[in-house]
Amino acid sequence: MLRFTLRRLVLAAVVGIAVSVIAFMLLRVSGDLAIALAGEDASPADVERIRQEYGLNRPIIAQYGEWLWRALRGDLGRSLFYPESVANLILTRLPVTLSLAGMGLVIAILIALPLGIIAALRRNTWVDRTALGIAVIGQAMPNFWFGLLMIFLFGLALGWLPISGSDSFAHFIMPAITLGWFSAPVLMRLTRGGMVEVMNSDYIRTAHAKGLPARVVVLKHALRNAIVPVVALCSVQFGNMLSGSVVIETVFALQGIGYLAWEAISRRDFPVVQGILLLVALFYVVLTLLADIANAWLDPRIRRG
Amino acid sequence: MSTPVLDVRHLAVHIPVADGVLHAVRDVSLTVAPGQTLCVVGESGCGKSLTSLAVMGLLPASARRTAERMDFAGEDLLKMTPPRLRELRGNRMAMIFQEPMTSLNPAWSIGDQLTEPFLRHGKGGRRQATDRAVQLLERVGIAAAGRRLGQYPHELSGGLRQRVMIAMALMCGPDLILADEPTTALDVTIQAEILHLLAELQREMGMGLLLVTHDLGIVARVAHRVAVMYAGEVVESGPTVAVFDNPRHPYTRGLIDCIPIPARSRPGVPLGTIPGLVPNLVGGMEGCAFRERCAFATGPCARAIPIVHGDDGHTWRCVLLERAPSLLEKST
Repeated sequence: MLRFTLRRLVLAAVVGIAVSVIAFMLLRVSGDLAIALAGEDASPADVERIRQEYGLNRPIIAQYGEWLWRALRGDLGRSLFYPESVANLILTRLPVTLSLAGMGLVIAILIALPLGIIAALRRNTWVDRTALGIAVIGQAMPNFWFGLLMIFLFGLALGWLPISGSDSFAHFIMPAITLGWFSAPVLMRLTRGGMVEVMNSDYIRTAHAKGLPARVVVLKHALRNAIVPVVALCSVQFGNMLSGSVVIETVFALQGIGYLAWEAISRRDFPVVQGILLLVALFYVVLTLLADIANAWLDPRIRRG
Repeated sequence: MSTPVLDVRHLAVHIPVADGVLHAVRDVSLTVAPGQTLCVVGESGCGKSLTSLAVMGLLPASARRTAERMDFAGEDLLKMTPPRLRELRGNRMAMIFQEPMTSLNPAWSIGDQLTEPFLRHGKGGRRQATDRAVQLLERVGIAAAGRRLGQYPHELSGGLRQRVMIAMALMCGPDLILADEPTTALDVTIQAEILHLLAELQREMGMGLLLVTHDLGIVARVAHRVAVMYAGEVVESGPTVAVFDNPRHPYTRGLIDCIPIPARSRPGVPLGTIPGLVPNLVGGMEGCAFRERCAFATGPCARAIPIVHGDDGHTWRCVLLERAPSLLEKST
């Protein structure tokens, strides 16, 4: 288990470096940054001045090296529009996005796991079909639409929850449900599929033959085997929630990373875009690492790989 | 005579399938006396496995079980509540399955799976459970037993896994073990070892053993009684010596003729075979199920066959009045 973890750590570090190269390169290949920064009416002299100032005339390897060295020390440069460093901008927005995605994932799991397990145990009954119906509706409805419906119902008609801002826990309830509701169906389907397969296996019959109550058979013997792909998917879903909550953050006016990214892209605030790109990519690397370790703990056969 | 540890009368198992109802087990009566071995023999698909699963209450959800009586040590299994059945399973009656490769949970260690029934049935604490697990692993012939507890099923060979399954069945000191073809999936050299081990443990611990097998060689050596099954019915049963020396059903006779005997089966001379195929058990079945393959079938075989009772509880389901002649003798 320790060896497995170390090996995965090394692998994650390699992927992390690759990701930083890509994050750096993507912006360089999207056009001449000096021209983009100088604006449409700038004179060639202005463009040249900006090129000098931002070091864009130096070899690309040197630019990358310097950028990486600074990034490692937490210096991601300065925003072109806010009077703040990129690191600061991201750090002030990060808690909002992390809370939102964290709550969203918890809600998705709370919906998906019980429904998936029950649907598998009551296969082809009305319970199973109802769960399938929920999954189809969840996947078919665009999440901004679902968010707007919730705002109408719970925010405006009933007045139970605040509809915009990120001041309190209550502000996060509706956006988190919207995010979780959207992620739950695919997790549920995967849980159900895994459980159906596992419940038919010989070792489940062995567990029954030992005189174990159904609860122990399902939760101890079956779930641990069925959950492995679900864990992997959870980490991907969490990554999607971190990076893809732009729409939700916009609908509910939450000042998170997604909103910041959208803002920065539309204003060509390239240091911010680069910083967010790097951060989100690193999130994926860390999440994949955590999912791999969790799965190795769950299933001893993975530890050899 | 003391109360049998297992007493089954007229057990039937029906399974609804696409084109009707499969009468997989039709009329099976078995008894296992305390400390005795009953071997159930017959070819694949004759209902042997379903019979043992029916006793444990582990039939597939679609299967229907009916019986006139099904008692475990005097307790009625048919009317038993699920909690009471769970108290008995893995505790006083335990089962060893046919597929050691898939019968252990890949996600839990050997130690965890071994100690589980012991702890569940309140036989003692974790310390005692571990001690018993080590002791039983050693008893079933696993070296470095202490180290094995931390291993996982995928690190063990099939033979080792089946030994672990046997140790697991023994954890609570059961009164009855049901072993469903425990060696079918194993290498031939391991098969005999495992069967001898089971027979030895049965004697040593004084358990009742219901051993489902198609290895007649082992039956002759370990069984106190034999039940021969064909197409979902017990066609002959009785004390091992009586059945082997004086088979009364042509099918039993056929099975015995199939056993190669070293020194007596001459090279080049074919072993006995039973011509034909097992009948389809979907839908109704009248008369003797074996009559299509039997060289001695006559008119009465198409009607209901009465069970004949001989000495020593030797019974058979055949209209022939004499000892079943060898099918080999007839053909040569």
